[in-house]
Amino acid sequence: MTMRYIDGFRSSAAAAALASRIRDSAARLQTDGRAVTLLEVCGTHPLAIARHGIRDLLPPNVSLVSGPGCPVCVTPPGYIDTAIALAERGITLATFGDMLHVPGSEATLCDCRAEGGRAEACYSPLDALRIAAERPREEVVFLAVGFETTTAPVVSLVPRAHAAGVENLSILTAFKLVPPALRALLDDPEIRIDAFLCPAHVSAIIGPEAYAPFSGPNGVPCVIAGFEPLDILLGLDGILRQLAGGQSRVENQYSRVVRPGGNPKARAVMDAHLRPTDAEWRGLGVIPHSGLTLRDEWSAFDAERRHGVPVLRGHIDETCRCGDVIKGKIRPPDCPLFGTVCDPDHALGPCMVSAEGACAAHFKYGLLETP
Amino acid sequence: MKALEVESRILLAHGGGGRLTRDLIATEIVPRFGDGPLRGLPDAACLPVEAGEMVFTTDGFVVQPLCFPGGNIGDLAVHGSVNDVAVSGGCPLWLSLALIIEEGLPLHTLRTVLNSVKSAAEACGVTVATGDTKVVERGQCDGLFITTTALGRRLPGFRIAAANARAGDRVLVSGGLAEHGMAVMCARKNIGIEQGPLSDSAPVHRLVAALAPLAQSVAWMRDPTRGGLASVLNELVDAASVGVSLREADLPLSAGVRAVADMLGLDPLHVASEGRVVLVCRPEAADEALQRWRALPEGAGACEIGRVVAGPTRVTMETTAGGLRLVDMPRGELLPRIC
Repeated sequence: MTMRYIDGFRSSAAAAALASRIRDSAARLQTDGRAVTLLEVCGTHPLAIARHGIRDLLPPNVSLVSGPGCPVCVTPPGYIDTAIALAERGITLATFGDMLHVPGSEATLCDCRAEGGRAEACYSPLDALRIAAERPREEVVFLAVGFETTTAPVVSLVPRAHAAGVENLSILTAFKLVPPALRALLDDPEIRIDAFLCPAHVSAIIGPEAYAPFSGPNGVPCVIAGFEPLDILLGLDGILRQLAGGQSRVENQYSRVVRPGGNPKARAVMDAHLRPTDAEWRGLGVIPHSGLTLRDEWSAFDAERRHGVPVLRGHIDETCRCGDVIKGKIRPPDCPLFGTVCDPDHALGPCMVSAEGACAAHFKYGLLETP
Repeated sequence: MKALEVESRILLAHGGGGRLTRDLIATEIVPRFGDGPLRGLPDAACLPVEAGEMVFTTDGFVVQPLCFPGGNIGDLAVHGSVNDVAVSGGCPLWLSLALIIEEGLPLHTLRTVLNSVKSAAEACGVTVATGDTKVVERGQCDGLFITTTALGRRLPGFRIAAANARAGDRVLVSGGLAEHGMAVMCARKNIGIEQGPLSDSAPVHRLVAALAPLAQSVAWMRDPTRGGLASVLNELVDAASVGVSLREADLPLSAGVRAVADMLGLDPLHVASEGRVVLVCRPEAADEALQRWRALPEGAGACEIGRVVAGPTRVTMETTAGGLRLVDMPRGELLPRIC
């Protein structure tokens, strides 16, 4: 029988069986009086959980909180300020569409575009190469944000442009690494996390081994799950069975995509062009060695160095609590701005801006408890 | 009069009101549309007035690319306005056609589009009664923009208003959803998906006419264009102070539509159809409405997708995973320029 991937992981009967196993494990925890908090590391998990109504299937002693897992969400305002400064110099920006709405210190790239700045939405980093090749007299900057998943394809723009003799393209880097952020969250005394629901596609690059430092006797269960409903339920089932059994292992429930050792080829591309650097995460602050920047030999492609516009520390509206949402300290509706002055049409914080942001996912799909 | 060469392009002078304008109208417009009220190119069309009420609507079309799998801006511009008249309970009769052409548009593209306007208008039983052609400098529009206005006669019996919907009513759709929006997105060069879905762009007036014997049981109808099913149902619940409950397993979403929507990170409930009807009717009429629709080729995929419920004014959906989710309005420029 051939597998139809579009339906294969959405079977109602299998979902009901998994939901029942999840309830059994939760009941075992309940007899010990335990309520547990699971952190969704990746931004696509809250979106998929909301879209498929999975929160509705979970027992009351299991809470899900959304972690730092959307690259757009954690882009600091200073980065947007620099992008706007580049556009104001007449430089053409190429960017994934979500970035257009991320607030900088004063404005968004949408505002900048309305005032005449050139910012073009792309679906692929290769669009930036095409734009640069088609318009040799314009300087083009690609806004290179992303976790390990997107880093290799984005940074491979650099050798491609070099090989093609395209000299008017550079990238403004804000690449982020997931494991250092998980370490920062586990070490934060204000946050209690009982388990990590680990990202699907990031794990395909870094491999399950990358979570070993967060599991074990002093760690928590780390379970890698895909984004289809059954993937997520299987991941949650794995976490709850570990918690009920007093275990804390790394478990890969997404083995059809995530392989032991991850993707060494992608990591080699990253290694060849990038080196670790400290990085600012919106809401989490500066985390040591949690970012990647271009190596010196590729500095001609580094927009900050090429155009002399370093990314500085911006400032965030102090009433916005996206930082606490990203840290899992509060749920989106606990923020006083949620749904009042901050909604997807008028996003103040980045968690509302990106469709994968925890607040946007909650706003779009998760309002059932607040009619 | 000089016939235009096939390889020619539209020039600014074709819209200047002089000889080239006259040639363009004479060679491209009159042969296709000049038999009715356009004969002799009067400044305005004279139309017979009937007793009863008229249904009147207008729409602008800026789709990019101009041609996409399953249609082009020409038939889309006819279907868009005709369908708005139809789902308002009207029988479409007359159409206006205003073209804004960018300098440099290949003549063969214009001909393809005008041929589609002509055949779509004939299939809908409407006559192009008046029109206008303008040409703007390169860069001032994107190939071709079209505005159509449709005028129709209200069919007796239909009283369509969101406020008519009440708990217990059934929610039906006439066929697969989100196919137009996904087809246009796939046709864009920077997406690079080949063999994606075909647009469902088509007239719905026969689907509406087929319901005429059940008109008293029809509460509300809409064509789920921009913003998709989610958008029209949210407008319904806001206006009617009811809720709508959908079942994900019953939604007619083809594997192709779901695959493309997943790849692009879109919710297919937010994606436009251009040849479908969403119907809310009394429960006792639902089976007959489905039978009547399924008897027509354009209604072959008709199905029931949910029901109107009392309670909070929101659209919810039982998911295939067994949970419950909110179906919210789409936000922002989800899919720019798909119609």
